[in-house]
Amino acid sequence: MSTLSTKHLLGIEQLTSADIDLIFETADNFKTIINRPIKKVPSLRDVTIANIFFENSTRTRVSFELAEKRLSADTVNFSSSSSSVSKGETLIDTVNNILSMKVDMVVMRHPAPGAAMFLAEHVDAQVVNAGDGTHEHPTQALLDAYSMREKFGSLEGKNVIIVGDILHSRVALSNILCLKKLGAHVKVCGPPTLIPKFIEELGVEMEYNLDKALEWCDVANMLRIQLERQDIKYFPSLREYQMQYGLTTDRLDRIKRDITIMHPGPINRGVEISSEVADSSNSIILEQVENGVAVRMAVLYLLAGQANIDE
Amino acid sequence: MKNKRPILDSTQIGISLHRLALELHEEHGNFSNTAIIGLQPRGINLARKIHELLGEISGNDNIRFGELDSTFYRDDFRRGDKVLIPNSIELPFSLEGLNVILVDDVLYTGRSVRSALNALTDFGRPNRTELLVLVDRRYNRELPIQPDYTGEAVDTRTRDRVLVELESDNPMVWIVTEEMK
Repeated sequence: MSTLSTKHLLGIEQLTSADIDLIFETADNFKTIINRPIKKVPSLRDVTIANIFFENSTRTRVSFELAEKRLSADTVNFSSSSSSVSKGETLIDTVNNILSMKVDMVVMRHPAPGAAMFLAEHVDAQVVNAGDGTHEHPTQALLDAYSMREKFGSLEGKNVIIVGDILHSRVALSNILCLKKLGAHVKVCGPPTLIPKFIEELGVEMEYNLDKALEWCDVANMLRIQLERQDIKYFPSLREYQMQYGLTTDRLDRIKRDITIMHPGPINRGVEISSEVADSSNSIILEQVENGVAVRMAVLYLLAGQANIDE
Repeated sequence: MKNKRPILDSTQIGISLHRLALELHEEHGNFSNTAIIGLQPRGINLARKIHELLGEISGNDNIRFGELDSTFYRDDFRRGDKVLIPNSIELPFSLEGLNVILVDDVLYTGRSVRSALNALTDFGRPNRTELLVLVDRRYNRELPIQPDYTGEAVDTRTRDRVLVELESDNPMVWIVTEEMK
């Protein structure tokens, strides 16, 4: 197995476990590269990548841009606030205009679920989904799983809880799909109003009590409450949420073993996770960010490598 | 139909490696400022054997040893059907000011060595870089690259393949020819 089974990275759903392994093995090489004094390789020097962000992003955008630059790709950045989208242009027109300037790959974040797949069907470029609404955020799930693999060696049989706003979280969906493909057991935890119906069909269990979930797990992945996506009130107050579902040292002290703490960012300190826990030695939050660059380099490298420029 | 004929047997390989090690010893003294760098994937075994021999001959047990992968520097990325999959790099020291001996099993077009030379520059500026190969396939070069130390020089045709088996109990080097129908 030396090539991905897909031309685009639209979601974890389309990847096989062999694809994920290939991405991880390639990312291992890039991780050594980004940790040496000269952090750059020339592989993608004839590739141009457009980073198109129709939604705000700091981490993902910087991470993709660094990954592209360390592969020597040329990059153009574009965000909706400063673009013709606000003048009424359609998504396909916007992207086709960019592609006519000879762009090979598009990394896109968009508020509409399915936007990446729609784009992949309608434009002639490789598409990497950097988050499509509440649907998927595949590179985040890959870097989360990669960070767990780094810590445990293998995810087979590991118990992972995903806590928080599962309903509005693309990170949760991509993580569930990825972790299941790698053989981990997954439980989701949060207020019943923030757990989508029929989620058990993905092969996960539900647990509404955080303390019980913590007793069971090896890894706790804490998610942010996505107030910007919540059109109605899903719980009485942030303070009540924090008391029920906030991860604090008191809660962790009651369990007599170490749990690995993860968070995809941005963190709301004092809401879903306390500062002491976020900065503790069991937290691998900053490792996740570092691994994000290596994993995105692997994805871009493997996708770009499929295109034969002679064709 | 494949035609496989031996060019070096285990005794000849042993003699060649010993001669190469002595040549290196003559040139590099006790190797205090020298690094042996094997080229992934197929130069590694040869580099390990040479490194071991050099330790015995020079009495220096701490000769620097590294494994270099040049996949990300190759000039055929996006130019074939396959994605080039990298191997690991083990080079835990800077090459600044060192004498570097690049080791690969077979020198053919010279393109892997070209990419390796580029990869090397990312680890510092060596004082001098030399190339050691077990088999030099003459008259097939696509770049102006020649070995400094050669085990065996052979004349081959484009449809030939040189097969180096160093790992087995009975090391051999073969030329494999796909016979035309």
